[in-house]
Amino acid sequence: MTKVSMKVNGKPVSGEIEGRTLLVSFLRDTLGLTGTHVGCDTSQCGACVVHVDGKAVKSCTMFAAEAEGCEVTTIEGMANADGSLSTIQQAFQDHHGLQCGFCTPGMVMSAAALLAETPKPTEAEVRHYLEGNICRCTGYHNIVKAILAASGQDVGDIGGDAIAAE
Amino acid sequence: MYAFEIDRPTTLDAAVTALGQEEAQALGGGQTLIPALKQRLASPARLVSLTGIDELKGICVADDGALCIGAATSHATVAAEAAATYPALADLAAHIGDPAVRNRGTIGGSLANNDPSACYPAAVLASGATIRTNTREIAADDYFEGMFATALEEGEIITEIRFPVPEQAAYVKFAQPASRFALVGVFIARFGDGVRVAVTGASEDGVFRWTEAEAALSDDFRPEAVAGLSVDPEGMIGDLHGSPEYRAHLIRVLTGRAVAAA
Repeated sequence: MTKVSMKVNGKPVSGEIEGRTLLVSFLRDTLGLTGTHVGCDTSQCGACVVHVDGKAVKSCTMFAAEAEGCEVTTIEGMANADGSLSTIQQAFQDHHGLQCGFCTPGMVMSAAALLAETPKPTEAEVRHYLEGNICRCTGYHNIVKAILAASGQDVGDIGGDAIAAE
Repeated sequence: MYAFEIDRPTTLDAAVTALGQEEAQALGGGQTLIPALKQRLASPARLVSLTGIDELKGICVADDGALCIGAATSHATVAAEAAATYPALADLAAHIGDPAVRNRGTIGGSLANNDPSACYPAAVLASGATIRTNTREIAADDYFEGMFATALEEGEIITEIRFPVPEQAAYVKFAQPASRFALVGVFIARFGDGVRVAVTGASEDGVFRWTEAEAALSDDFRPEAVAGLSVDPEGMIGDLHGSPEYRAHLIRVLTGRAVAAA
């Protein structure tokens, strides 16, 4: 067992871990931050996406020891300071970007990483960026719509004829 | 996963020392090794993480014009920072895996692993790049030794890859849609003294140069130059995604597309 220290959602945290402890296990089991989900555990589904030093990563495919000294942001760190939903989270609710909600933490974290890099993405850029996030409920259209809306763009045409024509 | 210790050295020297321990294995970005560990396909006693070593990261252009990429540089960084110097290489990096994988996966890790369907080996071989390690330099033509096999010795660490920048280049990947690995990928690089064509994803021996196409394209750099060529399906990978014949066919088709895109 070794000790690891990092900042999670702005707060310094530390804990005893094994070499093989995954970042997602540390977040969920040691810190009790169960908003980050384990979907496939094979790096494919993206339900476990968190930010490490501002970059989206799959926390099931990174060891906790590798996050030593890093700044980690999870879905629990996304809400506004007053507890209200962030713009992206609110857009998911407004545009029905979730059904069962299992993939949503990863979707929101990927969306936030995308908008940090590309504040006004095109629909195609959003879809390309979400290649590593799998949703089995929504068919993605409303997720794409929510992200575009969160970027401040008009989404009146999204999900209708424009999609059908793709 | 079986239990193991993990080291996180911050210097190359410390990493070399750590790798000298019994049953130690290097860990790059982990985007292949961690899934393999989960399946208990690997059982090292100790992992030596290389991503905390700043001297292994970064991109620069050497005096001779070669693009030098530190081995622990992520795909996302290559995609962003190599775009001005070597656009075909940056484009290749921008289409590996997905964004989260590209933020962790490294060029050195990909090359040390030498997956037969990985993208970077095609770029390295087609560019005639040089693999620098902590002990020596290895030419691309001497580096790849078959599926998951390389010229690296036990405990040897890739430190940098030096890419001569071609006059024209393109990489065309026929992506396996679930994994986004190359079902077949073709990298074409045209230099003043000829054309190099490297193929990944297709052969049971891993990445290889298609010398027949190189000769044809060195004479006539047009897609039509390879239209009459064919690849023998013998030795090509056959799996549920595609037969050897299908992959052999794709090689020619993608080579033509790469020439058109270059």
